[in-house]
Amino acid sequence: METVVFLISAAVILSGALGVIFSKNPVHSALFMVQTLFGVAVLFVLLEATFLAAIQVIVYAGAIVILFVFVITLLGVDRAEDLKVEPISGQRPLAVVLGASIFGIILTVLIVAVGGPTGEQVANTPIGDASDNTKILGEALFSTHVFSVELTALLLTVAVVGAVVLSTRPTKPLISTLDKQQNDNLEDELEEKGEE
Amino acid sequence: MMIIASDPLLSSDIGFSVVAIMLLKVVIAFALLMVSVMLVIWFERKIVADMHNRVGPSLAGPWGILQTLADGIKLFFKEDLLPERADRVVFRLAPYLSLVPAFLSFAIVPIGGDFTNGGDGTVSIFGHRTLLQVADPPVGILLFLALSSIAVYGVMLAGWSSGSKYPLLGSVRASAQMISYEAALGLSMATVFLFSGTLSTSGIVSGQATWNWNLVSTGFIPFIIFVIAGTAELNRPPFDLVEAEQELVGGFHTEYSSIRFALFFLAEFMNMITMSAIAVTLFLGGPNGPILIKQIAWVWPILWFFLKVMAFLFTFVWLRATLPRLRYDQLMDLGWKLLIPASLGWFLLIAALNIGEDRGWSTFLIVPIGLIVLSLAALLLNGAIKKAKDSSLHAADLSEISEGVDQ
Amino acid sequence: MSITTTWYLLLAAILFSIGTTGLLVRRNPLIMFMCIELMLNAVNITFVSIGSHLNDLGGQLAVFFVLVVAAAEVVIGLALVVAIMRRRSRTNADDLKILGG
Repeated sequence: METVVFLISAAVILSGALGVIFSKNPVHSALFMVQTLFGVAVLFVLLEATFLAAIQVIVYAGAIVILFVFVITLLGVDRAEDLKVEPISGQRPLAVVLGASIFGIILTVLIVAVGGPTGEQVANTPIGDASDNTKILGEALFSTHVFSVELTALLLTVAVVGAVVLSTRPTKPLISTLDKQQNDNLEDELEEKGEE
Repeated sequence: MMIIASDPLLSSDIGFSVVAIMLLKVVIAFALLMVSVMLVIWFERKIVADMHNRVGPSLAGPWGILQTLADGIKLFFKEDLLPERADRVVFRLAPYLSLVPAFLSFAIVPIGGDFTNGGDGTVSIFGHRTLLQVADPPVGILLFLALSSIAVYGVMLAGWSSGSKYPLLGSVRASAQMISYEAALGLSMATVFLFSGTLSTSGIVSGQATWNWNLVSTGFIPFIIFVIAGTAELNRPPFDLVEAEQELVGGFHTEYSSIRFALFFLAEFMNMITMSAIAVTLFLGGPNGPILIKQIAWVWPILWFFLKVMAFLFTFVWLRATLPRLRYDQLMDLGWKLLIPASLGWFLLIAALNIGEDRGWSTFLIVPIGLIVLSLAALLLNGAIKKAKDSSLHAADLSEISEGVDQ
Repeated sequence: MSITTTWYLLLAAILFSIGTTGLLVRRNPLIMFMCIELMLNAVNITFVSIGSHLNDLGGQLAVFFVLVVAAAEVVIGLALVVAIMRRRSRTNADDLKILGG
């Protein structure tokens, strides 16, 4: 049962990821991205991280990707991109080689560590049952890690303020007095020409 | 393999009868939703007609009760149009993206079961004890929030994929509105979690056994915010800017016809039923109520649940017939500057009261201090908004002057 | 065949590599952002699976913070994209070499 669920969600995740990088249209990419996120959420449920699974869908699919789609449709950059043109020659083969080598490195690490990851069974805060996952996570967040939570709250506030500042349409700068004089002169000249 | 649901049905060995009961529950929930959507559409048309002093649908069936069925059959046999500039795949996908979450979120609503006198709300079917809800995941209500955020995709993509400007404008409005009001919705729900101590819907309902409703214990404000934000989330009047006919032709589904349009319509009314059911579960005690005749004890919770949901549905219809549509900036102001700060402030006050109870602080001290702090915060917020408005007006004046000089 | 932590790590490795390749290949800044999100998701899978392997909640806590940081990053990133697109309508990452002066 677990194997079947894992294999299906792995297929969903990987096909979604490939869809993101091969789609011509950004909106299609965003949709494939949602597919991947759902697969990851299912994996979280499988690993008994039920709260994270719900948050994954609410935050990632419900806010982040929606924001992507929103920007894409609002700015009208949803035209399909021509993927045949390769702007920098040799970029794609090189990128694939780099991606494959990163995969190779991780794979090597995995193979060297035969029998899965090793490490001390520290268990600072043991993972409880899936049914009280939310409770345990909340207690850990608001006791041991409360400072980090406050920091991330600050980060989010800064990000929101930054976004507002960045995306506000700049109001026209008040023209300087010098420009104004030049403008007046220009207007006078124009008027004179008109009179002629 | 872990078990996601805490339904007692699944804690025993999973055999044929358990699977059969699960399937039965799914089928019943599906059929119940479909039939009630049909009736709710008729109900809405009839009530609005009464409020307008009209007759309303009256020809198909007794009192026109089969009108929806007739409309559905008509839509089914109409030609299915596909706009030339549409994005074919997404255009076909979008109705399902809004229909499937509407179906799924009803799965977590307990529609019956006796929670009085420490009852766990289970009923006995074929020798198995089970909850009267399709699923009871530990994250419960969060699943509802997750699904309602997925429902935004249906509206958004329907508008975008039509390849036409009015649907696009409608969908951009819709997604902005739904994302904004989801925050207020979630924050007003958070107050309920403080009292229930759990996210699971059956846990929330059993915490409100018989008369201990969250409506009273959370102090009405979260409930009011939930209903307003819920109405906005449903895109119902007075928040139906998404499909404002006078401005946007028909909103995001302008280009849809035939069965695909029917699917959107279905999803909209299904969401209305689900939102009412969730509100009843969270604030009005779900199926809790007095059991009047002991012999048919299982009937009463279902009856109470049904009556409470009906009251909500009537309110939604009533709002539609009564209130004029908001302007877009009023909508955003209401969401961001009133509902979100109010629900957050109330949440903090309730949290302070809860902590105070644990620590043995005096309630008579916490409430005034809390209220003073909150009103100070409200004053600050108001001042900031006013300042921002003034300076933007000032900037607008300046730019007008400079534009005047340019000419 | 039972699913061990190694399987999850393998899946995360593949996802991370796909994300990296996509980031290097695509030129649309929005899609590049999505590829970064893919890589973050790969990291999240790793965190949760190793956390569950070691019976430590730390993995899930890390994912929580990664989610918040990802949200902040996207907010700023999209605001930048909006600000740039306002000046030049069809922008890809190569056009931004003007930032070099």
